[in-house]
Amino acid sequence: MTASAPFTPVIAGSASQATPASPKNVPHRGGTPNPAADAIARQFAGAVTRVDVVWGETSVIVDRARLLEIVRWLHDDPAQQYDLLSDVTAVEFRDPELPIEVVWHLRSLPHRRFLRLKVLLEQGTSLSVPSVWSVYKGADWLERECFDMFGITFEGHPDLRRILMWEGYKEGYPLRKDFPVRGRFSRSEQLRQALSANPEARYSMEELSIAQAYEDLPDEMRKRLATGEQVGE
Amino acid sequence: MGLSPRLDRQEVSHGGEPWMVTRLDMLVNWSRANSLWPMPFGTACCAIEFMASAANKFDLARFGMERMSFSPRQADVLICAGRVPFKLAPVLRRIWQQMPQPKWAISMGACASSGNGIFDNYAVVQGIDTIIPVDVYVPGCPPRPEGLIYGIMLLQKKIMNERSKDETLRREMEPDPRSQLYIPPPMIDELSENFGNSVHQKRSGL
Repeated sequence: MTASAPFTPVIAGSASQATPASPKNVPHRGGTPNPAADAIARQFAGAVTRVDVVWGETSVIVDRARLLEIVRWLHDDPAQQYDLLSDVTAVEFRDPELPIEVVWHLRSLPHRRFLRLKVLLEQGTSLSVPSVWSVYKGADWLERECFDMFGITFEGHPDLRRILMWEGYKEGYPLRKDFPVRGRFSRSEQLRQALSANPEARYSMEELSIAQAYEDLPDEMRKRLATGEQVGE
Repeated sequence: MGLSPRLDRQEVSHGGEPWMVTRLDMLVNWSRANSLWPMPFGTACCAIEFMASAANKFDLARFGMERMSFSPRQADVLICAGRVPFKLAPVLRRIWQQMPQPKWAISMGACASSGNGIFDNYAVVQGIDTIIPVDVYVPGCPPRPEGLIYGIMLLQKKIMNERSKDETLRREMEPDPRSQLYIPPPMIDELSENFGNSVHQKRSGL
Protein backbone atom coordinates (compact mmCIF):
# COMPACT_ATOMS: atom_id res chain seq x y z
CA MET A 1 0.00 0.00 0.00
CA THR A 2 2.84 2.37 0.76
CA ALA A 3 5.16 0.67 -1.64
CA SER A 4 6.26 3.93 -3.25
CA ALA A 5 6.80 5.86 -0.03
CA PRO A 6 10.35 7.21 0.02
CA PHE A 7 12.46 6.05 2.87
CA THR A 8 13.79 8.76 5.17
CA PRO A 9 16.35 7.57 7.65
CA VAL A 10 16.12 8.73 11.23
CA ILE A 11 19.15 10.78 12.16
CA ALA A 12 20.31 10.78 15.73
CA GLY A 13 19.45 13.98 17.56
CA SER A 14 16.69 14.94 15.20
CA ALA A 15 14.09 12.52 16.44
CA SER A 16 10.55 13.83 16.44
CA GLN A 17 10.00 12.79 20.02
CA ALA A 18 10.75 15.82 22.20
CA THR A 19 11.60 13.94 25.37
CA PRO A 20 13.35 10.62 25.13
CA ALA A 21 11.45 7.63 26.44
CA SER A 22 12.41 6.76 29.96
CA PRO A 23 10.74 4.68 32.67
CA LYS A 24 9.34 7.89 34.14
CA ASN A 25 7.38 9.12 31.13
CA VAL A 26 6.33 5.76 29.66
CA PRO A 27 3.14 4.36 31.14
CA HIS A 28 3.08 0.77 32.32
CA ARG A 29 0.07 -0.10 30.19
CA GLY A 30 -1.65 1.67 27.38
CA GLY A 31 1.07 3.76 25.86
CA THR A 32 1.26 4.75 22.23
CA PRO A 33 1.19 1.59 20.18
CA ASN A 34 3.68 0.90 17.45
CA PRO A 35 2.18 2.12 14.14
CA ALA A 36 2.81 -1.34 12.75
CA ALA A 37 0.00 -2.68 14.96
CA ASP A 38 -2.61 -0.61 13.12
CA ALA A 39 -0.98 -1.30 9.81
CA ILE A 40 -1.19 -5.06 10.36
CA ALA A 41 -4.85 -4.76 11.38
CA ARG A 42 -5.59 -2.80 8.20
CA GLN A 43 -3.59 -5.02 5.91
CA PHE A 44 -4.71 -8.34 7.34
CA ALA A 45 -8.33 -7.98 8.32
CA GLY A 46 -9.32 -10.29 11.15
CA ALA A 47 -5.82 -11.57 11.78
CA VAL A 48 -5.14 -9.45 14.86
CA THR A 49 -6.70 -10.73 18.07
CA ARG A 50 -5.40 -8.16 20.50
CA VAL A 51 -2.80 -5.41 20.84
CA ASP A 52 -1.02 -4.93 24.16
CA VAL A 53 1.23 -2.00 24.96
CA VAL A 54 3.34 -2.64 28.04
CA TRP A 55 6.07 -0.21 29.03
CA GLY A 56 5.91 1.32 25.59
CA GLU A 57 6.49 -1.98 23.82
CA THR A 58 3.80 -3.26 21.52
CA SER A 59 2.71 -6.88 21.41
CA VAL A 60 0.43 -7.91 18.58
CA ILE A 61 -1.38 -11.18 19.09
CA VAL A 62 -2.07 -12.59 15.64
CA ASP A 63 -3.72 -15.56 14.07
CA ARG A 64 -1.53 -18.60 13.72
CA ALA A 65 -2.55 -19.34 10.14
CA ARG A 66 -1.60 -15.87 8.90
CA LEU A 67 1.61 -15.40 10.86
CA LEU A 68 3.97 -16.15 8.02
CA GLU A 69 2.42 -13.68 5.58
CA ILE A 70 2.31 -11.01 8.29
CA VAL A 71 5.99 -11.50 9.04
CA ARG A 72 6.87 -11.50 5.37
CA TRP A 73 4.90 -8.30 4.85
CA LEU A 74 6.54 -6.63 7.87
CA HIS A 75 9.90 -7.56 6.45
CA ASP A 76 9.23 -6.49 2.86
CA ASP A 77 6.99 -3.44 3.18
CA PRO A 78 9.01 -0.22 2.80
CA ALA A 79 7.00 1.50 5.52
CA GLN A 80 7.74 -1.27 8.01
CA GLN A 81 11.15 -2.73 7.19
CA TYR A 82 11.41 -5.11 10.12
CA ASP A 83 14.75 -6.43 9.01
CA LEU A 84 16.01 -8.06 12.19
CA LEU A 85 14.57 -11.03 14.03
CA SER A 86 15.95 -10.75 17.56
CA ASP A 87 14.37 -13.75 19.17
CA VAL A 88 11.91 -16.56 18.84
CA THR A 89 10.77 -18.02 22.11
CA ALA A 90 7.73 -19.29 23.94
CA VAL A 91 6.00 -18.71 27.27
CA GLU A 92 4.08 -21.25 29.25
CA PHE A 93 2.16 -20.03 32.26
CA ARG A 94 1.67 -21.79 35.54
CA ASP A 95 -2.07 -21.61 35.11
CA PRO A 96 -2.90 -24.61 32.93
CA GLU A 97 -5.89 -22.85 31.37
CA LEU A 98 -3.76 -20.13 29.85
CA PRO A 99 -2.47 -20.84 26.36
CA ILE A 100 1.18 -21.20 25.48
CA GLU A 101 2.48 -18.09 23.75
CA VAL A 102 5.02 -18.24 20.96
CA VAL A 103 6.79 -14.91 20.71
CA TRP A 104 8.70 -13.29 17.85
CA HIS A 105 10.78 -10.20 18.55
CA LEU A 106 11.13 -8.09 15.45
CA ARG A 107 13.21 -4.98 15.12
CA SER A 108 13.26 -2.40 12.39
CA LEU A 109 16.72 -0.92 12.28
CA PRO A 110 15.90 1.91 9.80
CA HIS A 111 12.82 3.05 11.73
CA ARG A 112 14.15 2.18 15.17
CA ARG A 113 11.05 0.28 16.09
CA PHE A 114 10.46 -2.80 18.09
CA LEU A 115 7.51 -5.10 17.60
CA ARG A 116 6.51 -8.25 19.39
CA LEU A 117 4.33 -10.77 17.64
CA LYS A 118 2.56 -13.47 19.57
CA VAL A 119 0.60 -16.55 18.63
CA LEU A 120 -1.51 -18.24 21.28
CA LEU A 121 -1.59 -22.03 21.29
CA GLU A 122 -4.27 -23.63 23.42
CA GLN A 123 -3.04 -26.33 25.79
CA GLY A 124 -3.84 -29.77 24.51
CA THR A 125 -3.80 -28.83 20.86
CA SER A 126 -0.93 -29.64 18.54
CA LEU A 127 1.82 -27.15 19.30
CA SER A 128 2.82 -26.07 15.84
CA VAL A 129 3.34 -22.71 14.21
CA PRO A 130 4.70 -21.75 10.81
CA SER A 131 8.43 -21.27 10.55
CA VAL A 132 9.72 -17.85 9.53
CA TRP A 133 12.96 -19.32 8.28
CA SER A 134 12.01 -18.45 4.71
CA VAL A 135 12.00 -14.75 5.69
CA TYR A 136 14.77 -14.61 8.27
CA LYS A 137 17.55 -17.16 7.90
CA GLY A 138 18.57 -16.34 11.46
CA ALA A 139 15.42 -18.04 12.68
CA ASP A 140 17.07 -21.40 12.10
CA TRP A 141 18.75 -21.88 15.46
CA LEU A 142 16.21 -19.79 17.36
CA GLU A 143 13.41 -22.07 16.26
CA ARG A 144 15.49 -25.13 16.97
CA GLU A 145 16.07 -23.89 20.50
CA CYS A 146 12.37 -23.21 20.96
CA PHE A 147 11.58 -26.68 19.68
CA ASP A 148 14.18 -28.20 21.97
CA MET A 149 12.99 -26.45 25.11
CA PHE A 150 9.22 -26.26 24.55
CA GLY A 151 8.45 -28.89 21.94
CA ILE A 152 6.84 -26.46 19.55
CA THR A 153 6.98 -27.64 15.96
CA PHE A 154 7.87 -25.02 13.37
CA GLU A 155 6.34 -26.09 10.09
CA GLY A 156 8.64 -25.45 7.17
CA HIS A 157 11.87 -25.40 9.16
CA PRO A 158 14.58 -27.08 7.07
CA ASP A 159 16.29 -28.96 9.88
CA LEU A 160 14.19 -29.03 13.04
CA ARG A 161 16.10 -31.01 15.66
CA ARG A 162 17.42 -30.47 19.13
CA ILE A 163 20.15 -27.91 19.59
CA LEU A 164 20.92 -27.59 23.31
CA MET A 165 20.11 -31.07 24.52
CA TRP A 166 21.77 -33.91 22.68
CA GLU A 167 20.05 -35.83 19.94
CA GLY A 168 18.09 -38.73 21.22
CA TYR A 169 17.27 -36.97 24.48
CA LYS A 170 14.25 -38.87 25.71
CA GLU A 171 13.01 -36.94 28.71
CA GLY A 172 10.90 -34.36 26.91
CA TYR A 173 11.04 -30.61 26.77
CA PRO A 174 12.83 -29.07 29.77
CA LEU A 175 11.20 -25.64 29.93
CA ARG A 176 7.65 -26.95 30.00
CA LYS A 177 5.85 -26.58 33.27
CA ASP A 178 5.19 -30.29 33.65
CA PHE A 179 8.91 -31.05 33.42
CA PRO A 180 10.52 -31.81 36.81
CA VAL A 181 13.59 -29.66 37.37
CA ARG A 182 15.86 -32.66 37.86
CA GLY A 183 14.57 -34.45 34.81
CA ARG A 184 12.32 -37.46 34.55
CA PHE A 185 14.90 -40.23 34.87
CA SER A 186 17.21 -41.15 37.71
CA ARG A 187 20.70 -39.69 37.68
CA SER A 188 22.29 -43.00 36.76
CA GLU A 189 19.89 -43.46 33.86
CA GLN A 190 20.53 -39.92 32.67
CA LEU A 191 24.25 -40.52 32.84
CA ARG A 192 23.95 -43.86 31.09
CA GLN A 193 22.03 -42.29 28.23
CA ALA A 194 24.40 -39.34 27.99
CA LEU A 195 27.51 -41.54 27.96
CA SER A 196 26.11 -43.84 25.34
CA ALA A 197 26.12 -40.95 22.86
CA ASN A 198 29.02 -40.80 20.45
CA PRO A 199 30.54 -37.37 21.07
CA GLU A 200 31.77 -37.08 17.51
CA ALA A 201 28.70 -38.17 15.59
CA ARG A 202 26.47 -35.18 15.94
CA TYR A 203 27.40 -33.01 12.99
CA SER A 204 25.45 -33.04 9.79
CA MET A 205 27.24 -32.83 6.47
CA GLU A 206 26.20 -29.22 6.08
CA GLU A 207 27.69 -28.20 9.39
CA LEU A 208 31.09 -29.52 8.44
CA SER A 209 30.90 -28.05 4.92
CA ILE A 210 31.65 -31.48 3.61
CA ALA A 211 28.91 -31.12 1.06
CA GLN A 212 30.93 -28.56 -0.87
CA ALA A 213 34.13 -30.53 -0.60
CA TYR A 214 32.46 -33.82 -1.44
CA GLU A 215 34.27 -34.27 -4.75
CA ASP A 216 37.68 -33.81 -3.15
CA LEU A 217 37.12 -36.37 -0.42
CA PRO A 218 38.84 -39.74 -0.49
CA ASP A 219 36.84 -42.55 -2.04
CA GLU A 220 36.46 -44.39 1.20
CA MET A 221 34.94 -41.40 2.99
CA ARG A 222 32.63 -40.64 0.08
CA LYS A 223 31.37 -44.20 0.29
CA ARG A 224 30.74 -43.82 3.98
CA LEU A 225 28.85 -40.57 3.52
CA ALA A 226 26.81 -42.02 0.69
CA THR A 227 25.55 -44.76 2.95
CA GLY A 228 24.28 -42.13 5.36
CA GLU A 229 26.91 -42.76 8.00
CA GLN A 230 27.60 -39.76 10.17
CA VAL A 231 31.01 -38.22 10.58
CA GLY A 232 33.08 -39.69 13.37
CA GLU A 233 33.85 -43.11 14.61
CA MET B 1 63.72 -28.26 44.47
CA GLY B 2 66.04 -31.11 45.18
CA LEU B 3 65.80 -34.61 46.47
CA SER B 4 64.78 -34.34 50.06
CA PRO B 5 66.87 -36.35 52.48
CA ARG B 6 65.23 -39.61 53.39
CA LEU B 7 66.02 -42.37 55.76
CA ASP B 8 66.71 -44.87 53.03
CA ARG B 9 69.19 -42.64 51.24
CA GLN B 10 72.83 -43.40 51.75
CA GLU B 11 75.85 -41.55 50.53
CA VAL B 12 78.96 -43.56 50.00
CA SER B 13 82.27 -42.42 48.71
CA HIS B 14 83.67 -44.51 45.89
CA GLY B 15 86.96 -43.41 44.50
CA GLY B 16 86.33 -39.82 45.33
CA GLU B 17 83.09 -39.63 43.31
CA PRO B 18 79.94 -39.03 45.32
CA TRP B 19 77.29 -41.73 45.03
CA MET B 20 73.74 -41.73 45.98
CA VAL B 21 71.53 -44.73 46.54
CA THR B 22 67.77 -44.31 46.56
CA ARG B 23 64.65 -46.22 45.69
CA LEU B 24 63.69 -46.10 42.03
CA ASP B 25 60.13 -45.34 43.11
CA MET B 26 61.28 -42.23 44.83
CA LEU B 27 63.13 -40.98 41.77
CA VAL B 28 60.25 -41.77 39.43
CA ASN B 29 57.67 -40.23 41.71
CA TRP B 30 59.79 -37.16 42.22
CA SER B 31 60.15 -36.59 38.52
CA ARG B 32 56.47 -37.25 37.89
CA ALA B 33 55.26 -35.01 40.65
CA ASN B 34 57.38 -32.12 39.52
CA SER B 35 56.61 -32.24 35.84
CA LEU B 36 52.83 -32.56 35.80
CA TRP B 37 51.44 -31.34 32.53
CA PRO B 38 47.87 -30.25 33.01
CA MET B 39 45.07 -30.79 30.53
CA PRO B 40 42.73 -27.88 31.25
CA PHE B 41 39.08 -28.78 30.80
CA GLY B 42 37.53 -25.43 31.57
CA THR B 43 33.80 -25.02 31.14
CA ALA B 44 32.85 -22.13 33.42
CA CYS B 45 34.07 -19.48 35.83
CA CYS B 46 36.50 -21.90 37.50
CA ALA B 47 38.45 -21.79 34.26
CA ILE B 48 39.02 -18.07 34.81
CA GLU B 49 40.54 -18.81 38.19
CA PHE B 50 42.55 -21.58 36.59
CA MET B 51 43.90 -19.09 34.05
CA ALA B 52 44.80 -16.78 36.91
CA SER B 53 46.64 -19.65 38.57
CA ALA B 54 48.58 -20.29 35.40
CA ALA B 55 49.39 -16.63 34.80
CA ASN B 56 52.38 -14.81 36.15
CA LYS B 57 51.19 -13.86 39.63
CA PHE B 58 50.46 -17.35 40.88
CA ASP B 59 52.54 -19.10 38.24
CA LEU B 60 51.78 -22.80 38.06
CA ALA B 61 55.14 -23.21 36.33
CA ARG B 62 56.71 -23.15 39.79
CA PHE B 63 55.16 -26.58 40.34
CA GLY B 64 56.42 -28.07 37.12
CA MET B 65 53.29 -27.25 35.17
CA GLU B 66 55.26 -25.28 32.68
CA ARG B 67 53.29 -26.46 29.71
CA MET B 68 49.53 -26.45 29.35
CA SER B 69 48.77 -29.50 27.33
CA PHE B 70 45.81 -28.84 25.13
CA SER B 71 46.05 -32.34 23.75
CA PRO B 72 45.06 -35.09 26.17
CA ARG B 73 47.70 -37.36 24.65
CA GLN B 74 50.54 -35.31 26.10
CA ALA B 75 48.93 -34.60 29.45
CA ASP B 76 49.38 -36.03 32.93
CA VAL B 77 46.68 -34.39 34.99
CA LEU B 78 43.18 -33.49 33.92
CA ILE B 79 41.92 -30.36 35.64
CA CYS B 80 38.17 -30.16 35.23
CA ALA B 81 37.28 -26.55 36.01
CA GLY B 82 33.59 -25.88 35.90
CA ARG B 83 30.25 -27.58 35.59
CA VAL B 84 29.89 -30.44 33.16
CA PRO B 85 26.52 -30.82 31.45
CA PHE B 86 25.32 -34.25 30.45
CA LYS B 87 25.95 -33.38 26.84
CA LEU B 88 29.64 -32.95 27.67
CA ALA B 89 29.86 -36.15 29.72
CA PRO B 90 30.91 -38.40 26.81
CA VAL B 91 33.45 -35.76 25.75
CA LEU B 92 35.05 -35.66 29.20
CA ARG B 93 35.07 -39.46 29.33
CA ARG B 94 36.70 -39.60 25.90
CA ILE B 95 39.38 -37.08 26.87
CA TRP B 96 40.14 -39.06 30.00
CA GLN B 97 40.44 -42.26 28.01
CA GLN B 98 42.78 -40.56 25.55
CA MET B 99 45.23 -39.58 28.28
CA PRO B 100 48.09 -42.06 28.68
CA GLN B 101 49.03 -43.55 32.02
CA PRO B 102 50.20 -42.34 34.47
CA LYS B 103 47.36 -39.85 34.80
CA TRP B 104 45.52 -38.07 37.53
CA ALA B 105 42.43 -35.90 37.74
CA ILE B 106 41.66 -32.80 39.74
CA SER B 107 38.05 -31.77 40.11
CA MET B 108 38.18 -28.01 40.55
CA GLY B 109 35.28 -26.22 42.14
CA ALA B 110 31.96 -27.20 43.65
CA CYS B 111 30.20 -27.83 40.32
CA ALA B 112 32.71 -30.34 39.03
CA SER B 113 32.93 -32.01 42.44
CA SER B 114 29.27 -32.24 43.35
CA GLY B 115 27.01 -30.30 41.01
CA ASN B 116 27.01 -27.37 43.43
CA GLY B 117 23.40 -27.64 44.53
CA ILE B 118 22.29 -24.67 42.47
CA PHE B 119 22.89 -26.74 39.35
CA ASP B 120 20.89 -29.67 40.65
CA ASN B 121 18.85 -29.78 37.47
CA TYR B 122 18.15 -31.91 34.43
CA ALA B 123 21.23 -30.85 32.50
CA VAL B 124 24.23 -30.97 34.82
CA VAL B 125 26.30 -33.96 35.94
CA GLN B 126 26.27 -34.16 39.72
CA GLY B 127 29.99 -34.57 40.21
CA ILE B 128 32.45 -35.73 37.58
CA ASP B 129 33.44 -38.64 39.80
CA THR B 130 30.43 -40.37 38.29
CA ILE B 131 32.22 -40.22 34.92
CA ILE B 132 35.93 -40.46 35.64
CA PRO B 133 38.01 -41.32 38.72
CA VAL B 134 39.09 -38.18 40.57
CA ASP B 135 42.21 -37.82 42.74
CA VAL B 136 41.80 -34.39 44.32
CA TYR B 137 38.68 -32.32 44.88
CA VAL B 138 39.18 -28.58 45.25
CA PRO B 139 36.26 -26.89 47.00
CA GLY B 140 35.16 -23.35 46.28
CA CYS B 141 32.83 -21.48 44.01
CA PRO B 142 35.16 -20.80 42.31
CA PRO B 143 38.27 -21.68 44.35
CA ARG B 144 40.95 -19.05 44.53
CA PRO B 145 44.25 -19.82 42.80
CA GLU B 146 45.74 -20.59 46.20
CA GLY B 147 43.08 -23.26 46.61
CA LEU B 148 43.93 -24.85 43.31
CA ILE B 149 47.64 -24.69 44.07
CA TYR B 150 47.00 -26.38 47.40
CA GLY B 151 45.09 -29.10 45.56
CA ILE B 152 47.98 -29.53 43.16
CA MET B 153 50.40 -29.80 46.05
CA LEU B 154 48.18 -32.44 47.63
CA LEU B 155 48.28 -34.32 44.35
CA GLN B 156 52.05 -34.06 44.31
CA LYS B 157 52.11 -35.49 47.81
CA LYS B 158 49.91 -38.32 46.66
CA ILE B 159 52.20 -39.01 43.73
CA MET B 160 55.25 -39.05 45.98
CA ASN B 161 53.65 -41.83 47.99
CA GLU B 162 52.89 -44.09 45.05
CA ARG B 163 54.55 -47.48 44.80
CA SER B 164 55.27 -49.01 41.42
CA LYS B 165 54.65 -52.42 43.01
CA ASP B 166 51.01 -51.46 43.44
CA GLU B 167 49.47 -52.74 40.23
CA THR B 168 46.07 -51.27 40.91
CA LEU B 169 47.43 -47.74 40.57
CA ARG B 170 47.97 -47.77 36.84
CA ARG B 171 45.05 -50.00 35.99
CA GLU B 172 42.74 -48.34 33.51
CA MET B 173 39.18 -48.32 34.80
CA GLU B 174 37.10 -50.01 32.15
CA PRO B 175 33.48 -48.92 32.14
CA ASP B 176 30.81 -51.56 31.84
CA PRO B 177 30.51 -52.04 28.07
CA ARG B 178 26.73 -52.19 28.17
CA SER B 179 25.94 -49.17 30.31
CA GLN B 180 29.24 -47.25 29.92
CA LEU B 181 29.21 -46.68 33.67
CA TYR B 182 32.14 -47.70 35.82
CA ILE B 183 30.38 -47.50 39.14
CA PRO B 184 27.06 -49.20 39.86
CA PRO B 185 23.93 -47.13 39.12
CA PRO B 186 22.64 -47.11 42.74
CA MET B 187 25.91 -45.57 43.83
CA ILE B 188 25.60 -42.88 41.15
CA ASP B 189 22.10 -42.10 42.38
CA GLU B 190 23.42 -41.85 45.91
CA LEU B 191 26.36 -39.66 44.88
CA SER B 192 23.98 -37.39 42.98
CA GLU B 193 21.64 -36.95 45.91
CA ASN B 194 21.24 -33.49 47.23
CA PHE B 195 23.31 -32.78 50.25
CA GLY B 196 23.85 -30.06 52.78
CA ASN B 197 21.37 -28.08 54.75
CA SER B 198 19.20 -27.10 51.81
CA VAL B 199 17.43 -30.45 51.56
CA HIS B 200 17.54 -32.44 54.74
CA GLN B 201 17.29 -29.55 57.11
CA LYS B 202 14.09 -29.30 59.09
CA ARG B 203 13.16 -25.83 60.15
CA SER B 204 13.04 -25.55 63.90
CA GLY B 205 9.67 -24.60 65.31
CA LEU B 206 7.75 -25.26 62.11
